[in-house]
Amino acid sequence: MEFIIVKFVLVVIVFLVSLGIAAYSTYAERKIAAFLQDRVGPDRAGPFGILQPLADGVKMFMKEEIIPTHADKGLFILGPSIMMMTACMTGVVIPWGNTLIINGTEYPVQITDINIGILYIFGVVSIGVYGIMIGGWASNNKYSLMGAIRASSQMISYELAMGMSIIALVMMTGTLSIGEIVKQQQGMHWNVFVQPLGFILFIVCAFAECNRTPFDLPECETELVGGYHTEYSSMKLGFYLFAEYINMFISSAIIASLYFGGYNFPFIDQLGLPHNLLTLLGTLIFFGKVFFFIFFFMWVRWTLPRFRYDQLMHVGWRVMIPLALFNILLTAVIVLWQNGQFN
Amino acid sequence: MQLTNRSEVVVNKEMTFKERLYFPAIISGLIITVKHLFKKRATVKYPEEIRPMAPVYRGLHVLKRDEQGRENCTACGLCAVACPAEAITMTAAERKKGEEHLYREEKYAAIYEINMLRCIFCGLCEEACPKEAIFLTDRMLPSDMNRANFIFGKDKLVEGVSIDSRIDISKRTNAHRKD
Repeated sequence: MEFIIVKFVLVVIVFLVSLGIAAYSTYAERKIAAFLQDRVGPDRAGPFGILQPLADGVKMFMKEEIIPTHADKGLFILGPSIMMMTACMTGVVIPWGNTLIINGTEYPVQITDINIGILYIFGVVSIGVYGIMIGGWASNNKYSLMGAIRASSQMISYELAMGMSIIALVMMTGTLSIGEIVKQQQGMHWNVFVQPLGFILFIVCAFAECNRTPFDLPECETELVGGYHTEYSSMKLGFYLFAEYINMFISSAIIASLYFGGYNFPFIDQLGLPHNLLTLLGTLIFFGKVFFFIFFFMWVRWTLPRFRYDQLMHVGWRVMIPLALFNILLTAVIVLWQNGQFN
Repeated sequence: MQLTNRSEVVVNKEMTFKERLYFPAIISGLIITVKHLFKKRATVKYPEEIRPMAPVYRGLHVLKRDEQGRENCTACGLCAVACPAEAITMTAAERKKGEEHLYREEKYAAIYEINMLRCIFCGLCEEACPKEAIFLTDRMLPSDMNRANFIFGKDKLVEGVSIDSRIDISKRTNAHRKD
């Protein structure tokens, strides 16, 4: 019973935090965009425009909800629902912190550390493609369908390279559990130092998976009006946009925990602080890393132009996948050499 | 045939390995954008902060009164004739007995309207006016949600009678002012 309550509380917290961060990512996106373009950005709703996400939310809810006459109504509603559901599901396996000791019992700050955590994330993320595909198909609109086709082909192509870049990491760490991978990176033994190529491949694929610039072809305004969500309005559109920001947050969290040590930070043992305090500090540092990567996502968005579609496919199949394969080979050789197989 | 000596030969040369990696270029791009994070913002936050205006700026109109608080305008209609945007309309009326403290001459404008959406703020009305009644000031036209509110009547155009509610037009250097 106690187990269920603890997990329930954690689930609710992670859910609310994801939503809150996604909401404020929209604000951060606009502010950072403005700053990088020497503008001020939204500053009218509350001090520094801090209430802007609330105003946007109210706007989204108040807008008229339109379902096109020739749209498949059931699928039209299913699309954004799948998108939102899968976006919220991925946060389950991410270790948000070390363990908290309350009344002598140790509680991990992670909802569940299943031993196939990475596979779980890949599974859930690939269901997310259906959200876009179904939404674009059900809209019964050329632009939506084009956007959906682009999105699904892009995500399938980059998922391959992403999976292969993770395989190299798994070969080094010997486990698929994210909690275990983070534990191995204690102190400053971050995976980014032993897997730099894998990290670069992973982050590029993460950009593609989140449909962020320079891979935002599915919603490329100049060619496709709005892409797969052209026909969507009101909170259904809000769900699509919101899911994109949650995905970005979760991707940042995965990058931070797989390659940047998660809640670990240098000199973690030399502080001499009580265990619970260290855990809280670790969680804060983890969120610091996550926020940096969210910033990085936005920073890149205002730096690089969008790929052309053939360039996107060229990079995906002829650059990323061979590089990922090479990385696997290199890692395999190093692992075997370390194990003394060549002597 | 060569027309100028400025033409350049286009070379589609192969990229070097470093260029094909793209990462040096991406990183230098990222550095350029992040530098802008610390640059001065170009935005002027308008209602709180007003950009310095040129001394000849032509803003909102004012219908002046004389020293005794009588309206200068005699509804001659020269401003309306001069107006290239046809923004000014007026209806003249005759001054009655006992209204001498309100209007300076026997004729006055009962209705005087400027459609601010048509007005181009050229200042020709000011130039045309023989009675020094209409002037453009350094004030800005306030925004509104309703088109009807942009038709400014005498209630918005005529300055107040008391000395402090008079509108200062001396801040604008105006070559055409007769005084």
